[in-house]
This record gives sequence, C-alpha cells and structure tokens, in this order.
Amino acid sequence: MAGKSRISRDEVARIAALARITLGDDELTHLAGQIDGILDAVAVVQEAAGTDVPAMSHPLEISNVTRPDLIRPSLTPEEALSGAPASEESRFRVPQILGEEA
Amino acid sequence: MALSYDDVVARYEPSLGLEVHVELNTETKMFCGCATVFGAPPNTQTCPVCLGMPGALPMVNEKAIESTIRIGLALNCAITPKSRFARKNYFYPDMPKNFQISQYDEPICTNGYLDVEVETDEGAKTFRIEIERVHMEEDTGKSLHVGGATGRIHGAEYSLLDYNRAGIPLVEIVTKVVSSTGKYAPEVAKAYVKELRDILRSLGVSDVKMEQGSLRCDANVSLAPIGSGKLGTRSETKNVNSLRSVERAVRGEMIRHAGLLDKGERVVQETRHFQEDTGATRSGRSKEQAEDYRYFPEPDLTPVAPDATWIEKLRSELPEKPSVRRARLQALWQVPDKEMAAMVNAGAVDLVEETVALGADPTKARGWWLGEISRLANEAEVELSSVSISPKEVARIVELIGAGELTDKLARQVVAAVIAGEGDPDSVIAAKGIKVVSDESSLIAAIEKAIADQPETAEKVRNGHLPAAGALIGAVMKETKGQADAARVRELLLGQLGQA
Ligand SMILES: [Zn+2]
Repeated sequence: MAGKSRISRDEVARIAALARITLGDDELTHLAGQIDGILDAVAVVQEAAGTDVPAMSHPLEISNVTRPDLIRPSLTPEEALSGAPASEESRFRVPQILGEEA
Repeated sequence: MALSYDDVVARYEPSLGLEVHVELNTETKMFCGCATVFGAPPNTQTCPVCLGMPGALPMVNEKAIESTIRIGLALNCAITPKSRFARKNYFYPDMPKNFQISQYDEPICTNGYLDVEVETDEGAKTFRIEIERVHMEEDTGKSLHVGGATGRIHGAEYSLLDYNRAGIPLVEIVTKVVSSTGKYAPEVAKAYVKELRDILRSLGVSDVKMEQGSLRCDANVSLAPIGSGKLGTRSETKNVNSLRSVERAVRGEMIRHAGLLDKGERVVQETRHFQEDTGATRSGRSKEQAEDYRYFPEPDLTPVAPDATWIEKLRSELPEKPSVRRARLQALWQVPDKEMAAMVNAGAVDLVEETVALGADPTKARGWWLGEISRLANEAEVELSSVSISPKEVARIVELIGAGELTDKLARQVVAAVIAGEGDPDSVIAAKGIKVVSDESSLIAAIEKAIADQPETAEKVRNGHLPAAGALIGAVMKETKGQADAARVRELLLGQLGQA
C-alpha cells in the first residue's frame, strides 16, 4: 500500500480551493504525501472487515432517538459570541467571502 | 432582439425540475431546543448544538419527523422504513459546523405525485407532477454583507452572521423531470408551487410565507428542440420568492436558453439568481466547478425508522386535500367553473367558507369578498386575507342587507369603514347614523320630484318602456343619499306611473 499515491496534487489543490485555503506549490506536494500517509494508516481498518460485514453509520444498532418539540433556553448573544474572533451588532463577523454571489 | 415566447415554444420543448424548500413551523429547531421565532434579535436563538461547538450532539425533533411524514403522505409518497441523515460538507460561513445535516441517498419519503390543474387553450387540463423525494435538513444562518453595493457579496468588505435561522427544520421537496408541458411550462410550475403551498397550509406544518422565506422555490429549466427526444443542459434559478416569480423565472429562462441555442452557443449548467425587479436572472457560481459536498452518513444521529402503525395513523388523519375540498365547495355552493377559479386565485375560498358557516348565503358572501372587498384590497395592494374585515363582519353585513336594514350602497360604506378600522358593522352604523329610509312619505315625495324633473322619461315609463325607469330610480336614490331601498323605490315608482 505505502508508496502508491492515493491522492494527487491536483486533488489537494481542489480540496484546498473548496476550503478557501491558499497553498503554495511546495505545500501541495508536501500535503499530498502526508494525506497519502493518513489514508494508508486508515486503510488498515478496511482489511479487518470482510465483505460479509455490512457497512454501518452508527456504532449502536438503535434508531429513532428523538426529542419532543419543547423549547430549551438558548445562549445569550454575549455567550454565543464570546468565542468569536470578531463580532459586530450581535453578529459574528467573518472575512469577505470571495468569488461567490448570494 | 429578444425572442418572443411564442417563437421559443414553437421550436423548443421545455423540461422542468422544481425544488421547494419549506421551513417547518415547529417550536424548536431540527436538532436542538432553540426557539424558531421569525425576526428575533440576532443570535438570541442559538446554543452549542446549532453553533457547531465541539462536543455538542444533535438530537432529532420528533415533531419535525411527523410533519415530514405527513407531507410525504399528502404527496402520495412511499415512506422509507429506515432512513438516515448525512453530512453535506461545504465551507461557507452560513453554517457554523462547515456542514449541513441533510439526507442524501436515503430520504424519508420517495416516489410521490401531485396533480395540478392549468387553464389551457382546450380548457382546464390536469398535469401530474411526479415527486422524486421529500427529505429533512436544517436551514442555514443569515448573512449580512457589509461594504460594497446593496448588501451583495460582490465587493463586500466583510460579512455578519446571525445563526437564529441555522438549524430550523427544513423540508426539501424535489420533483422528477417534468416534461410534456409544452408552452404551459411556466403556468404548470406556478400551479405546482401554489397547490403545494395549499397542501402544506392545510397540513398546518408551515407558515408557507414566500415573502418571509418560509417557502422557497428553485426552478431548473432546460430546453431541447421539439422532437429531439433529448434533455438540454439545465440552469437552476434560485431566489424565486413569489408565485408570480416562479412563472416569470421559468418563462425568462426558456427565452434566454432559446437565444443561446439559436446562436449555436451552449447553455452553461449553473446556478442563477432571480431578480425580482427585472424578472431576469443573473449568473451565480458555476456548479460544475463548485459542487463537491462529499456527503457521508451523519455519525451523531441514529436512523429514523417510523413505525408502520404510526404512519397509518398519520395517513388516516390527513386533512381533506385542497383540490377535493374545492370541488366539494364548488358543488355545494353551485359556483360556475370560472368564478370558482377566480375565488381560488383571489385566495377567497377560506374566507367565503367561513362567512357561509356564519349563516351568509354563499352567493352573497362570494359577491362581497370577490367584489367590493377585493376591489379595496387591490387598491391597498394587499392580499385579500390581509384586509381588516373578518368573515364574521361580512356575514353580519349580509344579514343586515337581508333584513332590509342596509342597501347595497350603504353596505359598501359600512365595509369601507370597517376596513378603515372604524369598528364592527353595528358600531359603524350607529356612529354614522346609517339607516335605510323607510319613511314612505319622504320616498314618495322624492319620487314625485323625480317625475316632475324628468317628464319625458316618466312618459316613456307610462307607455310601458320600463328600462327608462332606471334614470328616475337613480334620481330618487341620489335625492335620498343612497339610503333608500332601491327595490322599494322601483315598486313605488312603477305604481305611480301605472305600471305596477
Ligand atoms: Zn440551538
């Protein structure tokens, strides 16, 4: 498994673009190798499960864990914003969103 | 030069796909207990779950599941025995988690349909709109773009986020490809959204206010040459926030696509934004490039497996379908097709039904809502249901006319005063001293004066030309300032002129 490239530099560049992260050429090469390493490590798990084991999305065989439609106290705006790097007019302030229209 | 719509549909066949998002009117959000009040001050309805804080775990609102199943059942869908939530990953600040919890390959309802009626050249025709899926997800926060022009992202210096809306239960209803509508595509699209809105309203699951965004429509449109048997490239128009806009957006996109195809250019598969002021659309981001949501099953939520008995109970408790109800009321009230359609278009059916339930004659109730009250609503540019007169007040006015205590003309004054906020009909009548002139001696005096003033007209009536009486009755009504009962005036007048 190791050594065989699972993720190309182009793919890293694309994911970075989706995440609005600017990466330099050397960073792309570096990260492509690193992500490969991570995928290799995770791939070991795939060997443990045979084709007879159905895919699962939750570790417990339970369904319908729900709550009644009853209001619970929310945070105050001050509490909600207390961890925000920047805020204004009781709102979270974020950097300009580039390249898109709303 | 812009193509004419007739020219477009003579050569091209449209296909539609409609995605409707509806915000449920639950008390709390989809995955947390935060309230969902519209217009609350910013960030007063948030908690660690809907702010996506580390370690916070979502839990599904059971009312939201119930509402979604009821929507699915009303749309003739199959309910999936075991459906799952999925994460839709994207990097955009309107969701603090960097993903939206939605449903992907296992939606809760699938394969339904909704029949809608559209007026065609050959009369009313039913179009069956097939429903691909109905699924649950959560709404996003609201962004406010600061700097640049008119709140648009383009040129904005930064954005401000309010997460009150983030996490409100949202149901997405997606149609299969709708073809074979031909030139009626815009009307079919509008009729579908309208019928869907009526169904959602009858279910009581949403406020369905397009202007407040609790019901939103995205319209996918594509064109192909007639007879080609192919599907063209589609564009997706977002931001369509009124029924009229649905129709305009579809028609506008059909004309735009045809213009491109005529020039041998290709239609770009992209998201476009509807411009309410011009009716045109403008390009948003290109889908081919931006869409990569990397869906995967939501590990923090368990599957939804609704009990079959519960589903059957919900099915048995569904309200009467709006279309069935309309047919029943039309037969009950004996309303011609055209007038029923006018009543539906004006949003008057509920109002007339309530007025009739309070004892008014259906024809009279309809007459007032579609006549004078509609006229005043149009003048004020508001929906009929927003006019400040209640079915109870209209029923009372109809009752007073029936008892001879109001003429139609006086009743119109009363209606105007009630709408102007001067009180209920009885207090308006008392305050204004409105009463039908029933003192016959003063009526007879007015009639004699009219005959004296218009001797030639009176002579015609005497000679049996009854339509001429109208001018004399008019003069009497004017003399009595509209307070006389026109029917009684006519009776007395004809008596005076030997025609009774
Ligand atoms: Zn919350």
